[in-house]
Amino acid sequence: MRPDLEIIQKWIQPGRRVLDLGCGDGSLLHYLNTSKSVTSIGLEIDEGNIERCIANGVNVIEQNMDEGLSNFQPDSFDTVLLAQTLQALSKPHILINEMLRVGKYGIVTFPNFGNWKSRLYLALRGRMPVSKFMPNEWYDTPNIHFCTVTDFDALCRENNIKILTRTVVDSQHQGNWAMRAWPNFLGEIAIYHITRD
Amino acid sequence: MSNTIPSDSIGIVTPQCIHFDQELSLRSGNVLSGFDLMIETYGELNTDKSNAILICHALSGDHHAAGYHDEEDAKPGWWDSCIGPGKPIDTNLFFVVSLNNLGGCAGSTGPASINPETGKYYGPDFPVVTVRDWVRSQVMLMDYLGISQWAAVVGGSLGGMQVLRWAISFPERLRHAVCIAAAPKLSAQNIAFNEVARHSIVNDPNFHEGRYLEAGTYPKQGLMLARMVGHITYLSDSAMREKFGRTITDLDNIGSNFGRDLRTGKLSFGLNMDFQVESYLHYQGERFSENFDANTYLLMTKALDYFDPSVDYEGGLSAAFENSNCKFLMMSFTTDWRFPPERSREIVNDLLKAGKEVTYLEIEADQGHDAFLLPIPRYINALSAYLKRVHAEGAADAS
Repeated sequence: MRPDLEIIQKWIQPGRRVLDLGCGDGSLLHYLNTSKSVTSIGLEIDEGNIERCIANGVNVIEQNMDEGLSNFQPDSFDTVLLAQTLQALSKPHILINEMLRVGKYGIVTFPNFGNWKSRLYLALRGRMPVSKFMPNEWYDTPNIHFCTVTDFDALCRENNIKILTRTVVDSQHQGNWAMRAWPNFLGEIAIYHITRD
Repeated sequence: MSNTIPSDSIGIVTPQCIHFDQELSLRSGNVLSGFDLMIETYGELNTDKSNAILICHALSGDHHAAGYHDEEDAKPGWWDSCIGPGKPIDTNLFFVVSLNNLGGCAGSTGPASINPETGKYYGPDFPVVTVRDWVRSQVMLMDYLGISQWAAVVGGSLGGMQVLRWAISFPERLRHAVCIAAAPKLSAQNIAFNEVARHSIVNDPNFHEGRYLEAGTYPKQGLMLARMVGHITYLSDSAMREKFGRTITDLDNIGSNFGRDLRTGKLSFGLNMDFQVESYLHYQGERFSENFDANTYLLMTKALDYFDPSVDYEGGLSAAFENSNCKFLMMSFTTDWRFPPERSREIVNDLLKAGKEVTYLEIEADQGHDAFLLPIPRYINALSAYLKRVHAEGAADAS
């Protein structure tokens, strides 16, 4: 399992209802379904991923998150996941609020643009950073809304969202004391556990 | 005409007629004292009877869903693209049951059957049956076959509506509901098209108030027109362009032709059939009118119009699904304008509201409503992957 998913799964209680926004091939939900007996639904738009979800026995709905979650009832899920998708949304702030309307808890992971490597790349080369985690050129990328850990903290504050846990990890998904001390500088992937304040 | 049966076909199949002595009280208040159902089955029922799939047919379908009736048969059953060995509804894995619904005209008791009480054709005296009545008769069939729970109930269009009714009314008797290109109820536009069809049938001089069989005739013109109108609603604009624009091979010209292929290469400047689409509709209407009973057509369109499982539940369709116990696979097709994707999404949203487990796919397809009968790769693959899981679950439960 992807190590960021390893961290996420610890926050999900057995037997609860989980909604995964951009669920990919459904491997996380498949894991949660079988090991934690959750009832889950994923949203996905990629045809290949949808078929893999079906083959994994994962409930999946072909739905574009950019069109909102208005078809989901308030508080109909315990946890709503948004893993590595935030930066590809057209209106991330609206979706984050929607997540916490539909679910009691939200889990958000995203590549931290405030990481020192990105800063150095931009500072030295004067060009938009391209790396293993952000492999696309600026003109041809699904990732249109990059943010930093500090930016996301601010978004939560402005929207009265309570941060239960904030973890950052490096590209190997390892964390250490230095990253905890300077998350926005050292963390490559940010992982947030949030709820309504 | 001799015909080679394809190797991926279930092959030669034989229908069977099953008689039921029990009474069936219908939604309308009428009671049928007994009835016949014509069925076909494909594949083998396993020892714990957990691998059975029920196929529900649409407006003009019947029990002959797959395979061929004999070597000379020109065409296989209506859903042969999906049912057979190695096909999505895999007869190597499942025992597939397909029936002609009550009120049909392919062997099950219907308007063209003899009423035992009068010794004459039922004709217009055959009671109007609803989707709920069909499903109740399908439960009787299930009991007759000794099956306590379907692995899945599968259907498209009006067949999909029967699937929804199963999930609502008999929650313990199916594990999966596969509902394709359906709607939670008809729209005014849907009902309007049905009324045009009915109007053309009942106003045909040969209709004889429904007693045309006694009069030794049938309302051919009315039935033809009904089918022609229906057929237009089954196809999309793009499907028609594709179908009747093939003589022009230059890619640049396809768009400008709009599928307006001429039959003879020139306009007649008269009331002749100038365009291919006209002769196609006439052919479809004619063929249909010779093989389908007009009273059955009236009855089937009424069953469509009356379908609305939400009416019995305060809180609408989501409340209707409250007790459903199965998982749902819903699919729709982008160019279907009879039951467009929005209609399937209404059902999906009500299922979500009821907290049910649902998978939904919106399949990109040019063929309109008819797409559900066609081997569209993404559709076939999804159905196949889903039913493989259904089978694997069944096997896991049994072990």
